[in-house]
Amino acid sequence: MARRDLGAYFNSYWGYAVIAAVLVIDGLLFNAFALGDDAKYSSKVIEDFFFWSFGLTAIASVFMTMRVVAEERQTGTIVLIDSSPVAPWQFVGGKYISAMSVMTVLVVSTIYMPALVFVNGKVSYGHLVSGYTGLLLVAAACCALGTLASSVSRSQLVAGVISASTVGFFVLGWMVAKVTDPPLNDLFSYMSFFDRHFRGFGRGQVNTEDVIFYLSVVFVALMLASRFMAARRWR
Amino acid sequence: MIEAQGLTRYYGDFPALRDATFSVPDGEIVGFLGLNGAGKSTVLKILAGLLLPSAGKVTIDGIDATTQPDVLRRKIGFLPEDPPLYAEMRVAEFLRWVGQLKGRSRSEVNAALPGVLEQCELSDWADVVISDLSHGYKKRVGIAQAIIHKPDLVILDEPISGLDPKQIVEMRKLVRSLTESATVLISSHILSEISLTCQRVFVIHEGRLVMEGSTADLGGESGAGAGLRLGLRGGETEIAKLLSASTVVTTADVETAGDLVMADVTLSGDHREQLIAELVNGGVGIRTVADSVSELEQIFLEFTRTQAVDGRARKKVNA
Repeated sequence: MARRDLGAYFNSYWGYAVIAAVLVIDGLLFNAFALGDDAKYSSKVIEDFFFWSFGLTAIASVFMTMRVVAEERQTGTIVLIDSSPVAPWQFVGGKYISAMSVMTVLVVSTIYMPALVFVNGKVSYGHLVSGYTGLLLVAAACCALGTLASSVSRSQLVAGVISASTVGFFVLGWMVAKVTDPPLNDLFSYMSFFDRHFRGFGRGQVNTEDVIFYLSVVFVALMLASRFMAARRWR
Repeated sequence: MIEAQGLTRYYGDFPALRDATFSVPDGEIVGFLGLNGAGKSTVLKILAGLLLPSAGKVTIDGIDATTQPDVLRRKIGFLPEDPPLYAEMRVAEFLRWVGQLKGRSRSEVNAALPGVLEQCELSDWADVVISDLSHGYKKRVGIAQAIIHKPDLVILDEPISGLDPKQIVEMRKLVRSLTESATVLISSHILSEISLTCQRVFVIHEGRLVMEGSTADLGGESGAGAGLRLGLRGGETEIAKLLSASTVVTTADVETAGDLVMADVTLSGDHREQLIAELVNGGVGIRTVADSVSELEQIFLEFTRTQAVDGRARKKVNA
């Protein structure tokens, strides 16, 4: 399932298009804001690079996953899956693995940007490993949310809107937390992908709690997606 | 052996299928005939494990479709009206993938692939991208994906829809060849297609299984089988007199059309030979004889009229 879907990303140019667009935008942001015109410490450049890459990774995940299940419904190929002895979790898992594989290629492709800092600066390998671990975890969580959104919708567009809204909520939750009262502000703050759970990775710190948080989001989202698929199968 | 008992399916409050009971022995090719929206696809989707019946039970070779769906899905090949194909894949690549999806090992699929490609006349198209195929060949790939895992039951929903006449003839041959290794169920709203392809027919009307039997029997049972359209050589008046004098003719409409006199005749029973003999003995030249009851609509009109009298009792006609 994952292998077939991975082929579909690149046979349809969708994967290439998203990767190319993200790399171009990330490169421009890296040049304009991370490097900038003023003198900076290398670690600050890398931190800014991960800041911008975080946002682009989240957005790319939405585009990458909006089609995974909804497209099967739109084209009618979901009948192949429904009439086969394939468990919903296998189907959802396959879709997720393929989307995550493409996202991994995308995230790793940005390595040339921090590598440029080596030319005139001094970069900690640990900082890079930490930042990229964070980016992959963000991609994992956003892809899982996108797969869930795609599982509950019939159209790719609707899936994209649901996915963008959900990911947007998790990313911008810390802003909402500032204008809400307890206990909601604690909840929103805790669920914030960036403010609460990514800043550390961007600064070169790997926190086990953050890793567990992202993996929990992946687990819950994929489990819900599987449940939706199972419930819909016999309708 | 397929055994269905009281199958019922509601979409919301709408009863798409009501209390359908039937059985199909192994190796038979059976057609589900009905107008659009009659419930044909609903029956087939329940059998294919795509829909849960609201009530009733269906077993295939003793396996309950609702309690052991995954076991059944390995034994069933299904082609919906629109073939479910991944347009960007190549034919052989797609079939290998589907075979494994259906629970066969890679080696089993590779062993089965050449035979399936040959049976569906796709050998020369194995490396072609599916989006480049014509509609007819896409249907073939659809059938190939339904049989690549060697199922015991093949379900084809409207397999000839959208095909041109040449493709229809080829598809008919292909569908018949499937019975060598499987039971085949097909649905269609075209009576001639069902009659040329199937051994037995179930007629579905408004969600109910209302008749079963051979197509010839169905025509006779509905009363519509006794109509003829004749192209005759002779005088219109003489022919009209002969027909009205005949004891086997119920009604006759006669009109001249070019060189021929066309007569639409309804008989009191299946007395075609007798009528032809009377016309020949009367000195009338017979140029064409056509069954005037090949239209499904006529059978349904006749049948629905009968239904009102029979109180919706199902008719069984010996095949």
